[in-house]
Order: sequence, then structure tokens, then C-alpha cells
Amino acid sequence: MHITSPAFKQNARHALADANLQRALSNARTGFVEKRARAVAALPEFEALREEGRDLKNHVLAHLDFYLDTYAKAVEANGGTVHWCETADDARRAVVEICRAVGARTVTKGKSMIGEELGINEHLETAGIAPIETDLGEYIIQLRKEPPSHIIAPAIHLNREDWIEAFREKHTALPADRAFAERKTLIDEARSVLRSRFLAADVGITGANMLIAETGSSVIVTNEGNGDLTQTLPKVHIVLASVEKVVPTLEDACTILRLLARSATGQDFSTYTTFSTGPRRAGDLDGPGEYHVILLDNGRTSMIGTEFQEMLRCIRCAACMNHCPVYGAVGGHAYGWVYPGPMGSVLTPSLIGVDKAGHLPNASTFCGRCESVCPMKIPLPKMMRHWREREFERHLSPSAARFGLGAWAWFAKRPWAYRLAARLGAGVLGIAGRKRGRLGALPLAGGWTDGRDMPTPEGETFQARYARLKKQGLV
Amino acid sequence: MAGAETDARSRMLGRIRRGLKRGPLPESVASGLTERLKSHPRNLIPARSRIPRAEQLALWKANIVKEHGTVAEAASEAEIPGLVADYLASQNIPPVVRIAPDPSIAALPWGERPLLSVAVGRAEAQDTVSVTPCFAAVAETGTMFFPSGPHHPTTLNIMPETQIVVLRQSRIVGAYEEVWDLLRREQGSVWDGPTGTRFMPRNVMLVTGPSRTADIEQTIELGAHGPRRVHVILLKDEQP
Ligand code: SF4
Repeated sequence: MHITSPAFKQNARHALADANLQRALSNARTGFVEKRARAVAALPEFEALREEGRDLKNHVLAHLDFYLDTYAKAVEANGGTVHWCETADDARRAVVEICRAVGARTVTKGKSMIGEELGINEHLETAGIAPIETDLGEYIIQLRKEPPSHIIAPAIHLNREDWIEAFREKHTALPADRAFAERKTLIDEARSVLRSRFLAADVGITGANMLIAETGSSVIVTNEGNGDLTQTLPKVHIVLASVEKVVPTLEDACTILRLLARSATGQDFSTYTTFSTGPRRAGDLDGPGEYHVILLDNGRTSMIGTEFQEMLRCIRCAACMNHCPVYGAVGGHAYGWVYPGPMGSVLTPSLIGVDKAGHLPNASTFCGRCESVCPMKIPLPKMMRHWREREFERHLSPSAARFGLGAWAWFAKRPWAYRLAARLGAGVLGIAGRKRGRLGALPLAGGWTDGRDMPTPEGETFQARYARLKKQGLV
Repeated sequence: MAGAETDARSRMLGRIRRGLKRGPLPESVASGLTERLKSHPRNLIPARSRIPRAEQLALWKANIVKEHGTVAEAASEAEIPGLVADYLASQNIPPVVRIAPDPSIAALPWGERPLLSVAVGRAEAQDTVSVTPCFAAVAETGTMFFPSGPHHPTTLNIMPETQIVVLRQSRIVGAYEEVWDLLRREQGSVWDGPTGTRFMPRNVMLVTGPSRTADIEQTIELGAHGPRRVHVILLKDEQP
């Protein structure tokens, strides 16, 4: 995927001026936030589960070598194959080789953020193999040739008219003047077009929400059932998974599953949670004959032992971006690579380098909302600050950004944009909200110079850090 | 495993160990972790499903209905073919079903419903209705478990537009963990994998209602790729 993260500021400006995008985002903002709040309120143990989830993942990371090795042995004992891939390139090569070995012409795909990280679709196309996205959100953006803008709702930036336009343009076998009376008409059309693709595919590629060391299983979570058709019907099932997805036992998986759907869509449980354990067995009437796991590193093992290790607890629920005032204002594409929102601002510099993604940790108001909803209790604001410190140290920032403002300052200088962001923060930016009338006179950048501290969740204030860094000759 | 991948494996594990500032785990620690895999202790289980039996059954039903499933009750196995036929008629669905090759389903008195056309096996592209047995279900969220096997093809759970599920009331439990233990007890066999026991079938689907999507304008629509309807026939096999 073409990286546009360095252009975050320009991207953000375009996004704020895009009326269609703003209309689409307004659907999403309240929906996810309210649904999650209701699901969490209905489970008194939610907070205790978060603590268990955090401790569980910390335990896994402290013994990751053991759990990965055990998991891989379990997969092999089930007749599956594990491909250890250090880089995106290694992973792409492995996928293409598996496809070529069975003479694959078409590949169906379940939703996979690792697939996006690898840019696997472009790579398959280059190899003469046609990838077909089957998650409806991924399908529409594949038709439109654009990247996802959200990690669980990839087409969140689109409106119904965008779907109608794309379907009319691409489903040319159907009558051009057909009516799309309701959303259901679109879904029925996609269902029937994609069903024939499922039946024809030679290989099915899915992601994995978890890998289980005890049993050698991979787990996918969907609402559509597309992942199940993808992994059941073709001859070969390829699982794309990164190393931090492993958990010890089925019981441990249950702890994560109780957190995942509630944090993501506000459901108590997703419609389909499926555990796959190796290829078809003797007597089975269906299922793939081959089962491969692409176990991807791509920079993750190097995060262990650093201040970014905790990011590896992430279960990709998207709660942090759903609650982020900056994401809510500009959407996911402005972040310029695969992972948007607060989790992306921390992860992207780790995976593609701070030189390409150095702006992202500045795309924050440091309101702390992301950390407060993260089911894995990842200290996202603290880690964004770590990146900013690294940026100072490396002198990568342009002079304005060196004041720790960057994209955030862009908001601060534009009260209308800031008000929008603040409104989306729904009580998060309470201080800014209450003083909304005065925001014009109180741009946040001015707040610093007035000696006013932004409410940072922890750690030293900007002035203190600036003074310290200055003393150390770092700024 | 190819040589290059063996190297990749040792480099990846090596980087993890360097990050953790240690070498491979000492045998005493590793065997402790393996023991934990074998004993698979339970973590916190929400209290909501630890309630008297009648309430637990009611909770299961309330949850599956909330997730857009429908439920009919059968007092005996003999009633099941009739309930299937009645349901299809009520939905204007042609009376053609593909049933799982499981003895508990195949042996039902289908012949007493001559208008119902019944085929046995995995789902094929043209099949619109399946009848499948459910291994067990959990009250906590209404979720139903479908482990695969020669008698339980996965395609029946996912290809037809309508899935009719036969669930024995005695197989409703409180939480997911109880179902994993049922699987371990009923399907465990000796294995050369790390824990020494294999009980996981190739595929286990946990299904909580019909397929759905909210990808268009964040509004839920049923019937995305999997079944549009999930209808459960609950066999009352427990004495009150
Ligand atoms: S950082 Fe936390 S809230 Fe964000 S996607 Fe990851 S687990 Fe979810």
C-alpha cells in the first residue's frame, strides 16, 4: 500500500472539507460509542475482565518464544504447516508459492489487517492470481480500489450512494437500470455475486483473531459468515497471523472473546466465532485439504523489551479509534497507512519507521479516551509521547512540530475544526466543550504559552519535558 | 519445513529472547507452562449464567431471540419432522431440506412427512435449508457450538439460507468453558501434539443467530453470506 502518512496534515485538511466523508463519519460516531457503552454496562465483570486480559497478554509476551513454538508444534501435529516469516516480503512470497503449488487462479479472502499490511492483493494480482475480498466492506473498497479506513468497518467512510454507484459500474452482467430500493437490495446482490466466487475459488485466505497454543487452532470472528465460506470451500486455507496473536488455552481465548465483541461492535458475542484446527480429516465431507499458517513478524519481535511492547497486547477491536475525536473528525484514510486512529499512531511508526510515520503520534489531543476504553488497557497516550520524544531525539521534526504540536496544532489553530473534534469527543473534551464559546480565543497552542497545561493522562507536562530536553541539548 | 524457514524461526525466537533479556526458558519453567496448557485453568466467568436451571434455560432463549434466532419446542423426537415442515410452510420456503448424516437426525421419522423432500450429506450450492444437530449451547450469550466431523459437515452451518438446528435442552450449559470441557471429555484422544490429548475437531463454529452485516451505513441487515434465518427446535429432554 502506498504510504501517505507523512502528509497527515494535508490529508486531514481534505478530509475535513469532504462533505460526503463527514456525512458517513457522522453515522459511525455515535453508533459504535453508544453500542459499546450499553454492552459494557450490561456486564458487571467487564472491568475485571480487562484486567485479566491485560495480565494474560503480558504473560504471553513474557513467554512468547515458548507459546509460539508450542503453537507451531500443535499445528504440525494436526497436519498443518507453519511458515515463519520475518518480513512482509517473506510472507508474500510464501502465500504466492502456496497458491502456485495448487495452480490457483482465484483466491477468496476474509477480512485481514495482516493482508492489508502485506498488500497481498496487489502482490497476488502481479502473480496472475485474482484475489476477491468477501467481507462486504472490503468488497466495496476493492471495487473502488481504495484502502480500508477503519480496522473493523473498512467502508465506514462511504454512503449508500457510493455502494450503488460501484455496483452499477462493476456488476455489468445485471440490468443497468435495476432499482436499489433499500440497503437489503445491495446486500442481496453482493451475496449472489460473491457466492459464485466462493464456489469457484482455489484458495481461501483469512486472518486470525487468535492462535491457540493448546490446540494449534486459529480463530476468526465475523458477523457475515464470509470467513467461514472462505476457509471451508476451497482446497487450501491460508491463515495470515502475526506473532502476538497467540494465547495459551481455549479458556484464555474466552476471556479475550468476552472483551472483543463488546469493545468492537457493542455485541455480546459476534455472530460467528470459528476455531480451525488443521486440514480436512479422515471421513470429513468438507473442509480444505491443506492448512497453512503464515506467522508474520514484520517488526513485532523487535518491539519486545522496548517501551512499545505493550502495544502487542492489541486485539484490533477499534474501540480506540471509535472514541477518538481526531479519528472521528478526519476518518481513517488521513493516517496514510493500514492502521488508523490511536492504535495506528503507535503501531505504524514501529512497523514502517518513524521517518515515514512521525507525524502520526502528533495526531492526538491527548484526551486519554482511547486508553480508557481499550480492553487491553494499553497506555496509548503514553506511547504516543514516547514516539514524540524519539522524534525530538532524532531531529526529524520540522520546527513547528518540534514544539510537540504538529498536526494537533493544526486543529488548535482552526477553532471550527477543533469544535467539531471536541463535539465528537462527547464529553471527553469536557473542558474545551464547556468553554466552546471561548475556543476562538483559546486555541490550544495558546494554552501552552499561557502556561496552561493540557490534561495529559500521566507523565510530565510539555513545558517540563521541553525544559528537560533543552537542558540536555536535545531541542 | 524448508531450511530458510527454520532459520527464520530461530531468528524470530532469538529476537524475542533478546528483547526479554534471557535465553530459552529453563526446563522447569517450560514444563510449568506445559502443565498449565494441560490443566487449562478457567479465568473469570461472568456470574450471569450461574443461576437456577429454569432461569438458565430462559436466559439461553432470551439471548438467541435477541440475536434474531427463533425457537420452537418439541416434546419428543417424533415431533421434529412436523415442526420442520410447519416452520418452512410458515416462511413460504419450499419443503426441501439437506440433513446432517448424524444418526440422531437421520433416524427421525421423516417418512411421516411425505411432502418434505429430504437429502442427507454436506451442503451443495443449490441447498436452501439444512437441519443440523447442535453439540451444546451456552446461556451466557445464546451461542451454539457446531464441531465438524464425518456426521457434521461445516457447509451445513454456512451455505444454506435457512439453518434449522436441533438442540437438546440437556445440552444447554452456562458458559463457553463448559462446552470446551464437554468436547475434551467426549472427543479426547491420544495425540503427539504438545499437550498429548487431541479433542478439537477440524472446525468448531460458534453461532449466535443468523448472518448479518452493518457495513452499509452502520445499520444491521440480516443474511449477509451465511444463513438469513436460524431456527432452533428445542427438544425438551429434561425432566422439570
Ligand atoms: S489499542 Fe486497544 S482499543 Fe485500540 S484496537 Fe487495540 S485493543 Fe482495541
